[in-house]
Amino acid sequence: MIATRPAPGPVEEPSARTGDRQFRVLLATMAAAVPVVIGAILVALISAAWPAIHRFGAHFFVTSTWDPVAGTFGVLPFIYGTLVSSALALLLAIPLGLGVAIFLSELTPGWLRTPVGFFVELLAAIPSVVIGLWGIFVLVPWVRTTLEPVLKSALGFLPLFSGPPLGIGMLAAGLILSVMVVPFIVAVSTEVMRAVPSGQREAARALGATGWETTRTAVLPYARSGIIGAIFLALARALGETMAVTMVIGNVPQIKASLFAPAYTIPAVIANEFTEATDDLYVAALIYAGLVLFIVTVAVNALARLLVNRAARGPSVIRE
Amino acid sequence: MMERPVVERRAAALIDHTTAIQAENVHAWFDRLHALRGITMTIPERKVTAVIGPSGCGKSTFLRCLNRMHELVPGARVSGAVLMDGRDIYTPGVDPVQVRRRVGMVFQKPNPFPTMTIYENVAAGLTLAGEGSRKTLDEIVEQSLRAAALWDEVKDRLRKPGTSLSGGQQQRLCIARALAVSPEVLLMDEPASALDPASTLRIEELARDLAKDITIVIVTHNMQQAARVSDFTAFLLDGELVEYGPTNDLFTKPRERRTEDYITGRFG
Repeated sequence: MIATRPAPGPVEEPSARTGDRQFRVLLATMAAAVPVVIGAILVALISAAWPAIHRFGAHFFVTSTWDPVAGTFGVLPFIYGTLVSSALALLLAIPLGLGVAIFLSELTPGWLRTPVGFFVELLAAIPSVVIGLWGIFVLVPWVRTTLEPVLKSALGFLPLFSGPPLGIGMLAAGLILSVMVVPFIVAVSTEVMRAVPSGQREAARALGATGWETTRTAVLPYARSGIIGAIFLALARALGETMAVTMVIGNVPQIKASLFAPAYTIPAVIANEFTEATDDLYVAALIYAGLVLFIVTVAVNALARLLVNRAARGPSVIRE
Repeated sequence: MMERPVVERRAAALIDHTTAIQAENVHAWFDRLHALRGITMTIPERKVTAVIGPSGCGKSTFLRCLNRMHELVPGARVSGAVLMDGRDIYTPGVDPVQVRRRVGMVFQKPNPFPTMTIYENVAAGLTLAGEGSRKTLDEIVEQSLRAAALWDEVKDRLRKPGTSLSGGQQQRLCIARALAVSPEVLLMDEPASALDPASTLRIEELARDLAKDITIVIVTHNMQQAARVSDFTAFLLDGELVEYGPTNDLFTKPRERRTEDYITGRFG
């Protein structure tokens, strides 16, 4: 019976439109909330840090002294520690992570892919304080008794590997951070490589490419922008990581050429000293340091976006 | 002149030509699925041979057995022999990479490398093979693009991305890329099925032109295309070679009832 169903017509439309409109407003509000929160954080940071901003201004960035007793604060060693430990982490994590990702996406037989991928993701799920404990009890002693003496005897002429092997220090921080960011690189890179159309691999194969050549000419270039994205995700994680780094880096605000020397990072100093910051200027200086971390992170992300866009845009220029 | 019996004449038509590829009792599997059930056929040199049949009949699989691409699919297996110059390409010790340089392939969907320029795409196979001389590369890239009837359209924008071309141009770019490593045989797996009619005709003309110099094997589900483009046609059904002979004979006087049913559109 056709007549039993009410004909859809102009009667229904206004309510449907109202629903559409409400839905749109709801979604727009949710979307707008994110930039609003970021803006609010920025405003809160600036206002709370104002005494320190007012007092130190741009000198804060270039001053190496961090002396709460004298009331002199400079964030340079912390910026240095944050950037160098993160860079070290990426240096170790990128080859390892890409290697694992290529293995998982190109070489692993199907039955092995799920368990290996599961363990890699499990690594990302371990709380950082637990990784920090492992760092203190396993990694640091190994670095002190094995890795640093070996590096020193082989490459001790470089300032990078000079000084007493303490275990605790920049090298241990870089190592532990690399352990923590590898899962990000692996998980994202594996996905983007698996998303490369099989036609691309076949095109390379049909030209007589070997397995590795196929990965190099067809898979990696196609997945390039996604891989860069994965690396910057890992970098953002490394820059902000607090707990595990604090536990192994030694927490000394200094700039030393040697990776064996203790150092300090911005997240670590905030976490360690916030509870004991007694006067207003000290608190403001720590919040100012937080603002600097925020700026560094935003700058790194903007740079990442720029790089990804450039990489995604087009072909590499032919090698002359 | 007296008309010879059909079967004899067909056999003679094949024997008159030099053999490019001889497939002998080729079976292929995907895990348990028995996709090809003993294909034996001779592919003549410097001719266009079409392989037709309904979807899932194994025509693409057969094509991929001719340059050892089939085995790249996990769980895929091949038995039988594929002879080139009298040597089985499945003999242990034969490097599939070398086979694929001699037997090029063009796929259903144009698949230029998106991060490479037009030039780099054509040069890709040579670069892989270690050819470093810029002069040689320039020459071969131009030759290949000319052979693929694309040179005039792209000669002023060789540094543009390969993906900036139209679909038909991209497919000709892929043909140029395959030609650049100077294969003896070019396998074309439904090369025009993703293209508009005008581009399709250009690809067909190209296939005919190329057959002056190299052997072409083209898989198509389009019987008109097979009729237009090929010298010989093979009809595959359920993984078996039903009928094979000069294209004209197969379409006008099919020997097999199943061939007749298929080409008259009764199934498939």
